[in-house]
Amino acid sequence: MSGGTDFRKLSAVSTASTAMCFEWPWQYNFPPFFTLQPNADTRQKQLAAWCSLALSYCRHHKLYTLDVMEAQESPVFNNKKIERKLSMEAIQVVFEELRKKGNLEWLDKNKSRCLVMWRRPEEWGKLIYQWVSKNGMVNSVFTLYELANGDDTEGEEFHSLEEWMLLRSLQALQTDGKAEIITMDDGKGVKFF
Amino acid sequence: MDRFSWSNGLLEINETLVIQQRGVRLYDGDDKAKLDVGVALLSTHRLIWRDVQNHECCIAMPLSQIILFEEQAAGIGKSAKIVIHLQETPVNKEPGPYQNSKYSFIKLSFKEHGQIEFHRRLTEEMTRKRWENTPVSQPISAGTSSQAGRTRAVGIVGIERKIEEKRKETDKNICEAFEDLSKLMVKAKEMVELSRSIANKIKDKQGDISEDEERGGMMALTEVYCLVNRARGMELLSPEDLVNACKMFESLKLPLRLRVFDSGVMVVQLQSHSEEEMIASALDNVTDKGSLTAEEFAKLLGLSVLLSKERLLLAEKVGHLCRDDSVEGLRFYPNLFSTA
Repeated sequence: MSGGTDFRKLSAVSTASTAMCFEWPWQYNFPPFFTLQPNADTRQKQLAAWCSLALSYCRHHKLYTLDVMEAQESPVFNNKKIERKLSMEAIQVVFEELRKKGNLEWLDKNKSRCLVMWRRPEEWGKLIYQWVSKNGMVNSVFTLYELANGDDTEGEEFHSLEEWMLLRSLQALQTDGKAEIITMDDGKGVKFF
Repeated sequence: MDRFSWSNGLLEINETLVIQQRGVRLYDGDDKAKLDVGVALLSTHRLIWRDVQNHECCIAMPLSQIILFEEQAAGIGKSAKIVIHLQETPVNKEPGPYQNSKYSFIKLSFKEHGQIEFHRRLTEEMTRKRWENTPVSQPISAGTSSQAGRTRAVGIVGIERKIEEKRKETDKNICEAFEDLSKLMVKAKEMVELSRSIANKIKDKQGDISEDEERGGMMALTEVYCLVNRARGMELLSPEDLVNACKMFESLKLPLRLRVFDSGVMVVQLQSHSEEEMIASALDNVTDKGSLTAEEFAKLLGLSVLLSKERLLLAEKVGHLCRDDSVEGLRFYPNLFSTA
């Protein structure tokens, strides 16, 4: 490749200089990334890259729900630098792909809002249980608020996890016999085994 | 067979027996009649047949019903036959073994020979027409006398004339059919000449289009059309003729091919020019420039925009290129998705 811009190298450079910022994949600066590719093989690879970008972006910004209309204006799908944005139609395709992979659930019939699970409930459950056993708190009881927002869990990845997601994670643990969700006066709690 | 009526087998007053022959089987047209082998009797007035076992089973037909008859020689395992062509069944005919038949002829099959003599006597009787001079009473006269008039008017000559007319008509039809065919052949010949001349013209113009050939080895059919018609000046070619002529490149083993792209765009292409080369050159050019639109690629190659786009699409189809479709237009990039 002699004259053309190497998109992959460019993105590596920007990563090194901005360590704390979200790391955009090289595709983000590649204009064809924002056009749904007609070639089936190419499209498959393109969609895989989109799924990965959408999930890592949500994870970086701790986003759990997305509004499709808003998503189009969000930097993920709208690269102002190269003046390319993913069409509504293409976003729907990407979201559908995420749904198939089990990372997305629609919240309404019109498919205007969705839950994004950049970590599936089982994965979250595993993380929480690891933290519990590491701190010798098996057989202890927690309120859900304590788990997600308490001082003890600050710095943990599941800190400030949205309650619906936290509940699902604990349900996954309950299925494995590692936790039991209990109803308390002012909400829900959990006991780990 | 439906011309036969049941009969008591007795001769009428004026009727004389001419000949009788054993071992005769009747055929309804080409099919064996549902009657066994029996005796065939020829009288001056009628053709009579009687079952050899059951003498009650007897049928007859007036000779006036006969139009003409012919001999059919014996073959291996086949008895000699006399084929007798008959007139239409009279309206008020007496009932017989057959209500109706799809055939207008019967056959007498001679199992025990005698057909030569039978044929000779039948010919004789048909010439003499003795039934006309000495009409018998019932039942033969019923319906047949009125028929006789028509028979006389037409006669064997009339029938022969009719057959001759029919033959002539068939002849004419066949001639016409062949005429159409030869017209078609002339047309095909024209097509062959046309495709040759197109190939030659393109070859002759090599000075003008050699660069195109080097770069693309292809020309849109519309360009070919203009080129050929400009060269002809008069007697312009129709688009259909051109397409048909180009379709014959292959069968004529000319070094050109008609190619239809997925989009429906048709081009005439040098046979030597391979698709792989075309794709490879598209990828090279795009990689070299980073990205290309069809217009830019066309300028680069000196090729028409239409054909340049087809090449880019071809390279995209095989996965070497991908597209950026924005407000600025359609632009092709190397397919980094696949190589990443």
